[in-house]
Amino acid sequence: MTEFLRKNKLAVGGLVIVTALTLTAVFAPWFIPYDPADQDLVDRLQGPSWRHPFGNDDLGRDILSRILLGARVSMRVGATVVLLSGIAGVLIGGFAGYIGGKLDAFVTMVVINSLLAFPGILLAIALVAFLGPGLDRLIFALTIIGWVGYARLARGQVLKVKTLEFVEAARALGASRLRIFIRHILPNIIQPVLVQASIGMAGAILAEASLSFLGLGIAPPTPSWGAMLNDARNHLFDAPHMVVFPSIALALTVLSFNFLGDALRDWLDPRNL
Amino acid sequence: MASLILRRLVLTLPVIWIVVTLVFGLIHMVPGDPVAQMLGEGAAVTQVERLRHELGLDRPFLEQYRTYIVGLLRGDLGVSFRNQESVASSILARYPATIELAAAAMVFSVVLAVPFGVVSAIRRGRAADRAIGFISLLGISLPSFALGPMLILLFSVVLGLLPVSGRDGFSHFVLPTATLGAAFAAITTRMVRGSMLEEIRQDYVRTARAKGLSERTVLFTHALRNGLIPVITVLGLQTGTLLAGAIITEMIFSWPGLGRLTFQAISARDYPLVQGCILTIALTYILINLITDLLYSVVDPRIRYD
Repeated sequence: MTEFLRKNKLAVGGLVIVTALTLTAVFAPWFIPYDPADQDLVDRLQGPSWRHPFGNDDLGRDILSRILLGARVSMRVGATVVLLSGIAGVLIGGFAGYIGGKLDAFVTMVVINSLLAFPGILLAIALVAFLGPGLDRLIFALTIIGWVGYARLARGQVLKVKTLEFVEAARALGASRLRIFIRHILPNIIQPVLVQASIGMAGAILAEASLSFLGLGIAPPTPSWGAMLNDARNHLFDAPHMVVFPSIALALTVLSFNFLGDALRDWLDPRNL
Repeated sequence: MASLILRRLVLTLPVIWIVVTLVFGLIHMVPGDPVAQMLGEGAAVTQVERLRHELGLDRPFLEQYRTYIVGLLRGDLGVSFRNQESVASSILARYPATIELAAAAMVFSVVLAVPFGVVSAIRRGRAADRAIGFISLLGISLPSFALGPMLILLFSVVLGLLPVSGRDGFSHFVLPTATLGAAFAAITTRMVRGSMLEEIRQDYVRTARAKGLSERTVLFTHALRNGLIPVITVLGLQTGTLLAGAIITEMIFSWPGLGRLTFQAISARDYPLVQGCILTIALTYILINLITDLLYSVVDPRIRYD
């Protein structure tokens, strides 16, 4: 592991940023310099200064504080969506692959294929457009589009693992199907799921920002990077800093999770190197 | 070939039916009363009832479904409740602009991805490969709603080279195309690299080299032709993201296409129009995947004989 990290500097960078982001997400309310909802119309659209290092937005709010607190929203949505869709996908896809037969045919042919018939983000946009904006609905929509990937992955892995000898041995010892699935199969398919989770985190954060950008995410005044970029659209000419800083925050976050996912994949499967 | 086309068409029908049913069901997912939501607070009861009747929402569920399907078969997607225009004609008027933009983005990404992917594969592990790898990851990580405004800042505001909006000539295409195509180009580059790495290990490449062919012929005439086959599938699958991504890109550049229409319909809670837009994008996606599937079997005869 140490050897791998020593050679893979991008992975270290990713790990450092992801750790910093997690800490920011957890502790942001205690160290942000200003209240992110505090409006100061005198300073509206002001560029970066010593008092406000990232400048102020169209309502005079401190952009740095809003970005720091925005990390909380991104990480919360990302982690919840990855966790929910990971668990649902692994259980549904994995179990379908393990049981096989009609259940498997129904899950893969009907459920998964019909969800895949939509471009993922379009389905999320459609769901939130009709369900209405809000954090829980956003998470629901992203989980609906997210679990399918895990289900396909888990199913494929289970089909491979279930024919191996240790599964046969467990069956010969009289273990129940549920026990074999949970105790013997699941631990053996978890590695690729972790890689997918890291890349999925990047995807979920991007999707949250996209929906918030379209006004379908978290309700204002809670800061979200996507919504901040939407506010910035009308001030491209007079306050470009409103675009630059949230963009950097978003790109850096997504990049870090992608680096981490890529590195994790190479580490777990050195053939990719 | 004809039987293959027929088989694929038959397999596509249930998918289309499921998509149509899901889109029909969307309006019934609105919490509370969709008609009251559309009209907003303070709408008179008579007004609500009239719109409910116009949209057919006062009829039994199955009858609504039947009417929706029959309407679709006639090309009738309903009426926008904001401007009373036919949803189908609103969509048709905007559709070409989106297809143009998506096609331009696709050409842009393939033109970038193929050379960069090949260079990355043959220079594997070296500086060029690492640089291309880093830029592609950046392309995947920077969403269009961050990239688009940054490009406007640089090329329109600072350098004054390109227009911010409009659709009149080549210069109007540059920024929206780059914005929409950037992530696509990045994904395709990674795909071409992976695929080429597989191909250059194959025996036929060694044979071609042993025959004394030039490296260029070996790479571009032999390896790349096979290496691009899996890329075609990815291109097909990614068009969905491209079409959905058009919603954001068109909004940024005020591009008069289907994506912007979808956004406007969502903002106005014009549910029939939103349903029509979503259905059109999803059906276009299905059609493109069908074409990709068929194309795949044309370029790789092994699929046809399986």
